Amino acid sequence: MSTTDILFYFLSALAIFSAIMVLVSRNPVHSVLWLILVFFAISGHYILLNAQFLAIVNLIVYAGAIMVLFLFVIMLMNLNAETEPQKHMWMKLAGVISGGCFLMVLVSLVRQATDMQNKSVLMKTGDIGLIKNLGKALFSDYVVPFEISSVLFLSAMVGAVVIGKKD
Amino acid sequence: MPIQYYIYLCLTLFSIGIIGVLTRRNAIIVFMCVELMLNAVNLLLVAFSKMHHGVALGSSATSMVGIEGQIFVFFIMVVAAAEVSVGLAIIVMMYRNTHSVDINFLNRLKN
Repeated sequence: MSTTDILFYFLSALAIFSAIMVLVSRNPVHSVLWLILVFFAISGHYILLNAQFLAIVNLIVYAGAIMVLFLFVIMLMNLNAETEPQKHMWMKLAGVISGGCFLMVLVSLVRQATDMQNKSVLMKTGDIGLIKNLGKALFSDYVVPFEISSVLFLSAMVGAVVIGKKD
Repeated sequence: MPIQYYIYLCLTLFSIGIIGVLTRRNAIIVFMCVELMLNAVNLLLVAFSKMHHGVALGSSATSMVGIEGQIFVFFIMVVAAAEVSVGLAIIVMMYRNTHSVDINFLNRLKN
């Protein structure tokens, strides 16, 4: 078992455990902190896949900006007490069972798919994830979606201000 | 690493997100579970892009096949950031009106 395999299993176990802890924790602040750990594990996966640009962007945008926004809103509303009303026990059980059925159906689908037999993912090598190549593709072939996304950001900013404004 | 391992990992994360959306009542936690599902899909897109890149590297050493997947992940992150800002503004407005972030209050939107 090589170092890459060990890192893959470790990061996967960390991601799944932290994702379960996001659901299990009663305190919303703890949920946010566990979710940050999930994002760190996924960034580790990106680094294993040699997608360095996405790893850094994932850390900066998700773990840095979005999660701080979540924490800010939770602390603004003073929700860090464990006052969440609980769903009925049967509703929770139904949710877990339906999610498990979804997982089971898709896993059995993937196990039988002949397209994915003997395909493997290129780890550690391959340079499409580097900033140089991604930047070239982004500013030559995908420059129109890039500009449209800036308009999307502007409208999201205006929308957030308008919605959040006290009237 | 076989592609199946990545698919199983991402399916598990996605299902955990679905279970969270179905079982929690705090709107912020539900929103965080949606983010978790987005991230599972992102990881799967990067894994598939590397899979196609590995196949294409066999024919030519300088091929850029598979870069679309990572560009797509970049745009998903952009859209997710915009979505979070608007969604959290909506949650803050809902809290200001009802003094709760319970999603069951949302069935009274018409009043």
